[in-house]
Amino acid sequence: MSDSYDDDEYMEEEEEDLFEDEVMSDDDAAMDNEEGDYPVIPDKDKPKSYDVESKSLSVDDVQKDMRSQVEYVVSVFGLEPDTARMLLRDYGWNRERMTEQYMEDPSKVLIKAGIEPDATSPRSPIRSTSSQPPKESSFSFRRSTRKNPVPDPVTESKFMCPICCDDEPPSTLALACNHRFCSDCWSQYLEGKVRDEGECVVRCMKDGCSLLVPDSFIKEHSSAKTYDRFEELVLRHYVSHIAHLKFCPAPGCTDTVSCTAAATKSALDTVVPSVSCAHGHKFCFGCSIDADHRPVLCKVAKLWVKKCQDDSETANWIKTNTKECSKCQSTIEKNGGCNHMTCKKCKHEFCWVCMGPWSDHGTQWYSCNRYDDKAAIEARDAQSKSRISLERYLHYYNRWANHEQSAKLSAELYVKTEKKMEEMQLTTDLTWIEVQFAKKAVEEVLRCRATLKWTYAMAYYLDKSNEKELFEDNQRDLEKAVEDLSELLESPIEAETIPELRANMTNKTVYVQKRNEIMLEDTAQGFREGRWTWNVDLP
Amino acid sequence: MALPKRIIKETERLIADPAPGISAVPHEDNLRYFDVKIDGPSGSPFEGGQFSLELFLPEEYPMSPPKVRFLTKIYHPNIDKLGRICLDILKDKWSPALQIRTVLLSIQALLSAPNPDDPLATDVAKHYKQDERDAQRVSKEWTEKYAK
Ligand SMILES: [Zn+2]
Ligand SMILES: [Zn+2]
Ligand SMILES: [Zn+2]
Ligand SMILES: [Zn+2]
Repeated sequence: MSDSYDDDEYMEEEEEDLFEDEVMSDDDAAMDNEEGDYPVIPDKDKPKSYDVESKSLSVDDVQKDMRSQVEYVVSVFGLEPDTARMLLRDYGWNRERMTEQYMEDPSKVLIKAGIEPDATSPRSPIRSTSSQPPKESSFSFRRSTRKNPVPDPVTESKFMCPICCDDEPPSTLALACNHRFCSDCWSQYLEGKVRDEGECVVRCMKDGCSLLVPDSFIKEHSSAKTYDRFEELVLRHYVSHIAHLKFCPAPGCTDTVSCTAAATKSALDTVVPSVSCAHGHKFCFGCSIDADHRPVLCKVAKLWVKKCQDDSETANWIKTNTKECSKCQSTIEKNGGCNHMTCKKCKHEFCWVCMGPWSDHGTQWYSCNRYDDKAAIEARDAQSKSRISLERYLHYYNRWANHEQSAKLSAELYVKTEKKMEEMQLTTDLTWIEVQFAKKAVEEVLRCRATLKWTYAMAYYLDKSNEKELFEDNQRDLEKAVEDLSELLESPIEAETIPELRANMTNKTVYVQKRNEIMLEDTAQGFREGRWTWNVDLP
Repeated sequence: MALPKRIIKETERLIADPAPGISAVPHEDNLRYFDVKIDGPSGSPFEGGQFSLELFLPEEYPMSPPKVRFLTKIYHPNIDKLGRICLDILKDKWSPALQIRTVLLSIQALLSAPNPDDPLATDVAKHYKQDERDAQRVSKEWTEKYAK
């Protein structure tokens, strides 16, 4: 076990060192005595049992996926690819339903979708749309009821485009319905529908005519930019109708994530589908509440967020960024992630969350994570029930919001830590790679604060039981570990204690990581086993 | 910018051959802006009233629908306090082959046949659904009060 970890570290360091040749020899020499001294922080990207399986797909991958659906329909019914694609779109890409109904009554299905049945006969199975001028396209100049082409009215009598009223348009076009308009109006119309309105279902310009403008027509009669946008819209249409696909919500990202484990609504009763795209954007496959709200289920997270919004007035009251020192009453502002506060004025040490003296917290009894039910029972005698339920809510909200706020201050913590890392490189002979332990510690603290935050939403809705007590034990252990590490990150650096600090911080990071895994693993398993019971009816 | 031929043609026809009970006259200083008058259809609670509307043809017309609004106060489930009209052809069912004339005829038809199932003025729609006769009485009252 430890051997394989050492290998990992060796590989990782060697890889990074390729960019810094001159450092390499130094580092190599340091390797030997280093291995025994410092534990290695395990690779965070290794999949865990609570991770949901997912795959990131590029635009090309999705296009291929979509094309294979179209090709299937083409091969079964001998339809043109264009027609098959339009039919699938009409059926929201439900291929089974589409093929079933098409077998029953093809023309009914075609007409419902806005496709001219005559135009789809597989006379020329591979019709190259680009090599043929529009006038020869199989249905442009044909009346739906007749097989013989109708002469172009422009040559027969004077034609006026009903849209722009031009009576001598240079060219005109009509779909199978023979509603004729000038080419300029057509291309303007297509641009507007596709580019401005973002439509991938475009019908004939004539009012009341439901004939779909074929994809090939759009390709031929609009600009390349418009057609590209059209293809993009078709792809979006496809992804939005396939339950196991979702676009990465990060702005500008074109990746799609495939997650079959979270494709049904009932699946979300047992999994929290936190996924990431190939570009590393994290998001929840089941909701848009938070990128990663593990361990709590989407619907519980939703319930909680809604409650917080409804109770926002009380929440605002509690969310203030400043508190008063419980000893000297001077105002103290929270400016780091750690809950261990020291009043600048009187040096009184206390906990930011409960305002109690810090000396009560350092030992095994860390009472800050748990709403004290005994106290509630006592209070019930004196106070009204609503007051109690508000206090109960505020207890959990306070802790939830506290971790959220700490996470918001993370940018600051990163900058501070980076400064410390530079300092360490200057005052000691530690290399860049050797001071990375501090950055890893910050990353771990932030990850665990995200977990902790949502454990409070979960605890609020958990029924009082032994299971809940075990859950809160895990929560308390994690919280204690995180606060310890967080405090270490804020401590000042002295050159002579750096080796000690490094060992200490690395150890604590590994421990925090382990506590986080236990927390997530246990809740995930609980969902699978149906172990958790709730004090509300979940939707 | 020169006025598109389409708008000129439509305007000419609106003046030379107006639809019964409907008049639409463009402003002299802005030929895209029309003063519209629609007579309340007979047999409807709006009968006898004359309703003023404004109609504006946006730059994108006819690719985009005209913008139409009632100026006269009217008690109708598909027309709100600000005179905005809930009519499909003015939104997603718009086709560039439709014209000012067809739009105004559709609005006239909406006066004859209110549709409380697709309401814009929810309180009026509720009234129409719960007690149509009483709602029609209010519509009539408003016609007397504001449209004469
Ligand atoms: Zn035209
Ligand atoms: Zn048509
Ligand atoms: Zn992404
Ligand atoms: Zn979610």
